[in-house]
Amino acid sequence: MSDTDTQLFASSLAAIDVPLTRTDTAGFASTIDSLVTGPAVGVPLHLDGVSLDDTVVQTPPTPRLLREAETGVTGVGHAIAEHGTLVIDSDDAGTEPVSLYPPTHLAVVRESDILPDVASATDSVGERFAAGKSSIFATGVSSTGDMGALVKGVHGPKHVEVVLLTDQ
Amino acid sequence: MSAQSERRRKARKLRELLDAEGDAVYENVTHLNQGRYDAIERFDEFETLRTEARSIKEDAVENLPSLIETLRESVEENGGSVYVADDADDATRYIREVAEAKDARTLVKSKSMTTEEIELNESLEAAGVDVWETDLGEFVLQVADESPSHIVGPSLHKSREEVAALFNDVFDPEVPFETAEELTEFARDYLGDRIREADIGMTGANFVLADSGTITIVTNEGNARKSAVTPDTHIAVTGVEKILPSAADLDPFVNLISRAATGQDISQYVSMLTPPVETPTIDFENPDEPLGSGDAEREFHLVLIDNGRLAMRDDDQLRETLYCIRCGACANSCGNFQHVGGHAFGGETYTGGIATGWEAGVEGLDSAAEFNDLCTGCSRCVNACPVKIDIPWINTVVRDRLNGEATPSDLEFLVEGLTPDAEGTVTPQKRLFGNFGTLARLGSATAPLSNWVADLGPVRTLMDRYLGVAPDRELPTFQRETLVDWFDSRRPRAPNATATRKVVLYPDAYTNYVLVDRGKAAVRTLEALGAHVELATPIESGRAPLSQGMVDTATRQAEAVASDLAPYLDSSFDVVVVEPSDLAMMRREYGKLLDDETHARLSEHSYDVMEYVFGLLSNGADPAALAAPDEPVAYHSHCQQRTLGVETYTEAVLDDLGFDVVTSDVECCGMAGSFGYKSEYYELSMDVGAELADQFADASDRVVVASGTSCTEQLTDLLARDVTHPVELVAPDEAP
Ligand code: SF4
Repeated sequence: MSDTDTQLFASSLAAIDVPLTRTDTAGFASTIDSLVTGPAVGVPLHLDGVSLDDTVVQTPPTPRLLREAETGVTGVGHAIAEHGTLVIDSDDAGTEPVSLYPPTHLAVVRESDILPDVASATDSVGERFAAGKSSIFATGVSSTGDMGALVKGVHGPKHVEVVLLTDQ
Repeated sequence: MSAQSERRRKARKLRELLDAEGDAVYENVTHLNQGRYDAIERFDEFETLRTEARSIKEDAVENLPSLIETLRESVEENGGSVYVADDADDATRYIREVAEAKDARTLVKSKSMTTEEIELNESLEAAGVDVWETDLGEFVLQVADESPSHIVGPSLHKSREEVAALFNDVFDPEVPFETAEELTEFARDYLGDRIREADIGMTGANFVLADSGTITIVTNEGNARKSAVTPDTHIAVTGVEKILPSAADLDPFVNLISRAATGQDISQYVSMLTPPVETPTIDFENPDEPLGSGDAEREFHLVLIDNGRLAMRDDDQLRETLYCIRCGACANSCGNFQHVGGHAFGGETYTGGIATGWEAGVEGLDSAAEFNDLCTGCSRCVNACPVKIDIPWINTVVRDRLNGEATPSDLEFLVEGLTPDAEGTVTPQKRLFGNFGTLARLGSATAPLSNWVADLGPVRTLMDRYLGVAPDRELPTFQRETLVDWFDSRRPRAPNATATRKVVLYPDAYTNYVLVDRGKAAVRTLEALGAHVELATPIESGRAPLSQGMVDTATRQAEAVASDLAPYLDSSFDVVVVEPSDLAMMRREYGKLLDDETHARLSEHSYDVMEYVFGLLSNGADPAALAAPDEPVAYHSHCQQRTLGVETYTEAVLDDLGFDVVTSDVECCGMAGSFGYKSEYYELSMDVGAELADQFADASDRVVVASGTSCTEQLTDLLARDVTHPVELVAPDEAP
């Protein structure tokens, strides 16, 4: 991570219409509550000093919450600055379906997890694969052109938002 | 069926597809093509990464047997199973058995061409399993009961209005669907239900990593993610050629595939799943229990399909087909494909330029036979392919093999004497066009009589019936005085003592016998700029037979040209070529026909005539020696010239000399050598050409110039105007 990576990440997100909100450990819970609309589901974040327990977000995920929540809140393994990509690391808490099913995905990104490009990200996920784990590079919102025009929000989220933890 | 009725059948099919699907195909395919150009324009690493991707694929296919074993160990260690299926029946049987063992009633799929190839849906449905395609494009086709028309956008031959009409008819909604949003929302909800209740989720794979058992799936909709993790059982079906050694090899492919396919810098989702995945099981029947409750376990099967691929690996010519990452760029960059789409330009499963390789390899030559002629060898796909596959060459090789399989025609006598070699089963039509040089020599020797005879109505009818020469097409007018005659007659061949460069001009068959003026103009221009010019022997380059798949004949001609030019190269002559398709032979295709050293030398020392003029001017030759601009110009460069990247020199020379130039911007003029002469392809050729005619519609006050013979003929027909070569604009008058 460097300042340039963070700047690039921010401008890449802007280019794909993904809103970015900066916060820090102290302001985390109130930031999440201010961004979430409607019922929200989340997975434990495993980040220092921040937790969804202090927010309106419900954990652990259930099938009903996957279907009915407006927003899914997850952490990410990394982010890729050049494309505004979120590296979603699958886990046994359900990060993958929580980032996928609800119409809005709210992703919590630590500034220190921003990598410059795809090459550095494939290096880092390689170690996960060796341990039998899975990751997804998710860039922007789900979309299709198959119905004759570009439509956003198909099987995956229609809105993606990023909360950037600037002190982590 | 007689050859003529077979040609009529083909022409009818093309006409029907042009009418029914042409507009939607054109709009979507050219949109994807432009997206690719834009994405690559802003991506500096494209060439470096193509080279890297190519070499990774070469090594992976070389080491395929050991990669398969490594992959098997990895997947089994993770708790999944691997099945290598010899063929389609073997694969579908295994998958049916998995479904039976799970007592599966429904299965949801993400997009997979490989499952189309093995006709999996039919097989599962017959076994009582409901199959649902979750990719929206595939879903449209499933509802319509149609086959894909494009590798990446399977339903792009359908407009929004057509999809809406289809869905309104089949699903009968209370309020009829109209917009793309409404259709998408409906399909998402409908398929969402199918995904939640499915017993098995099936995906394809774009890349499979041997050392970890990770499958990589590139999508935009998110359906592959959902299909893979929602049901407890995941089956991935993919060709054996998709295996890469490890995650370290992914970077170039992730960077290339979406740029080449859709013009996106990266796809929405690059899912890299190492199944059985850690994600907890999801039981929608117990909605309030946390995910992973209960005793359900995840199960994973990887079905690797051989189905002819390992034999392709042993085939020196077809092998590179296995490097294909199925991005569709070769289809999008193809003039013919842009107009007719994959229902014409495709076989049982695959579509576009590379389909010939896939179909020949997995289905057999017959499946490639129907559409292989639609590749005209224009080579516009060559620079588009992210793994540098020589797609036109694959088409040529398959055409050659098809020629070898055909039964001899009883019309052979019509083209007797035109095939001086062993390719005895080539159709009379292919033989006629493959031997253009011989024809031109005879035509020129007997001109103008040959031209009058050829233009007679009854003769044209016979040519259509027996040889498949389109009756509406203007035939070339052979000149009695050839370029060689003119050159020999004009002055003694004394070496020009003050010449800065020595040039041997290659008199291709068209320049020598038909478009002689452009040859004369080339000689005058080069001399005016201080070069000493000699003419090579008029030997055909091999382009004409190569385009008909007559590889042996082409090779023999290439060897003859090379040995004719060798002494010139020994004496430091540069080879200058007027016809771009012949320059492309020397630079590109001779690499397949001649030994490496001969090809490298010829390739290095051969130049497009305007490229050479540019070089002479850049090295101090006096532009005042050339003709001054007097008219504004509309210039159409040649497809193969653009693949070589030499069209820029023509534009630069004309610009520098002060010409006012507009240029066309189409992949191909539609004529493409003999293609537009063939009765069965004449209408398609004119349809492709109409785009070019449109671009020059406002150019009536401009003189029209084209670098290639085919484009010259096509433009002459389309615009009903004289079309000349750019060198004729700049050539000074003949010194008295
Ligand atoms: S041959 Fe090349 S351009 Fe064509 S689909 Fe395959 S990878 Fe893409």
